[in-house]
Amino acid sequence: MDRIIRVMVAKPGLDSHDRGAKVVARAYRDAGMEVVYTGLHQTPEQIAEAAVQEDVDVLAVSILSGAHAVLVPRIISRLRERGGDDILVLAGGVIPEADVPALLEAGVTRVFGPGSRLDLIVDFTRELAGSRI
Amino acid sequence: MDLVSRLLAGDAAALARAITLVERDRPAPRDLVAAIHPHTGKARVIGVTGPPGVGKSTLVDQLAISFRQTHALVGVLAVDPSSPFTGGAILGDRVRMARSSADPGIFIRSLATRGQLGGLSQATGDAIRLMDASGRNPILVETVGAGQAEVDIMNHAHTVLVVLAPGMGDDVQAIKAGILEIGHVFAVNKADRDGADRTAAELEAMLAMAPDCGAGGWRPSVIRTIARDGRGIPELARKLDDHWDWRQSELAGWRRRQAAAELSETVEVLVGSRLREWAVKSGRWEEAVDAIVGRRLDPHRGAETLLSHYLNSCPGEGARSPTGCRTGRRRNP
Repeated sequence: MDRIIRVMVAKPGLDSHDRGAKVVARAYRDAGMEVVYTGLHQTPEQIAEAAVQEDVDVLAVSILSGAHAVLVPRIISRLRERGGDDILVLAGGVIPEADVPALLEAGVTRVFGPGSRLDLIVDFTRELAGSRI
Repeated sequence: MDLVSRLLAGDAAALARAITLVERDRPAPRDLVAAIHPHTGKARVIGVTGPPGVGKSTLVDQLAISFRQTHALVGVLAVDPSSPFTGGAILGDRVRMARSSADPGIFIRSLATRGQLGGLSQATGDAIRLMDASGRNPILVETVGAGQAEVDIMNHAHTVLVVLAPGMGDDVQAIKAGILEIGHVFAVNKADRDGADRTAAELEAMLAMAPDCGAGGWRPSVIRTIARDGRGIPELARKLDDHWDWRQSELAGWRRRQAAAELSETVEVLVGSRLREWAVKSGRWEEAVDAIVGRRLDPHRGAETLLSHYLNSCPGEGARSPTGCRTGRRRNP
């Protein structure tokens, strides 16, 4: 049997819009993955600690507040501090094209902006998780 | 440092990885479990069960915070159901555990049932052991939303807390044969809602009818809580402590029952999977399925036939490999 992929869908910071995060979580579940949903208003420290404790293969961060340039690199550095440096990070939400290179530079594997197709997100995540031991 | 020594030193990432390993490979990786087993038996395990939506996760969140006042490291295992169709799962208990998840001294792990009935996942026993070995104490285990049949938690927890909420009315009657029998402490949560008094009264009446516990026996009691704002939590924590103190008086007996229950479950899984694997590889599985479909054999006789073929496939030694006898060394030539 294939091993079951574990994903965490996280909502950092002050934004309360989690429709997108829930739709993505549901798509992951329907693709046979185990999805840990954190709920709203999580600090980068909480998200990193949770991802380590849950030993997820992929951490999918959803941000619609515009604070991605601060929050996402912070999550990644906390992950590294806590021994979760092999957890792969995806970012989604309202993230302008111009900000994408900086996020990739910070360690995000890929950014999915508005209008991203669910099946592509799921396929990419599955492939990505397969590369983690 | 290897995984086991990091885990024994309390490292969270090592504990997390070890739980993944015992979840992924059932039966669990034997070397890992063997290495940590001597370091277990220290933690107190509290099971939290009850129907869906009564506030189990919120209550666990509050209790974990409360235990942290006196304990350096607390563990939480939260079990949610897997989809029977896709095998996927939404593990949402953390949403209600915001306070605990802000405290790195509380290790929370979400487990999916992965097809296991009984309210827990197959890896739960091993996950408890790993948390125990890593110094988490107490360990709170939240079952899936449970009703009548999900009583596996009683084989893992020193204390079982059953959580109910008002407005269940006749439901209390409906579940009295199930999880209500295994509770040591009862919480009527959402006690600010209409009907809380009635639910508590019905519970108390039901508990009063329970058979006499004898001198020194434990009498379950009912505590009213409002987990959302923490009311009733100190009283609940005290009652859980009382039960733990009572449990000390017969801890040796509990440990034997717990070990026997776990051994029994593990034997079933091990023998079942070995037998099935052997039968599939030897072709006897398909034969038996055909015979059952053709009404020449019933499932009970089919299983017995497979078992006797399996046992006979290696006289004296038992079947060691899917293809037949183990070759090479024999212990008594």
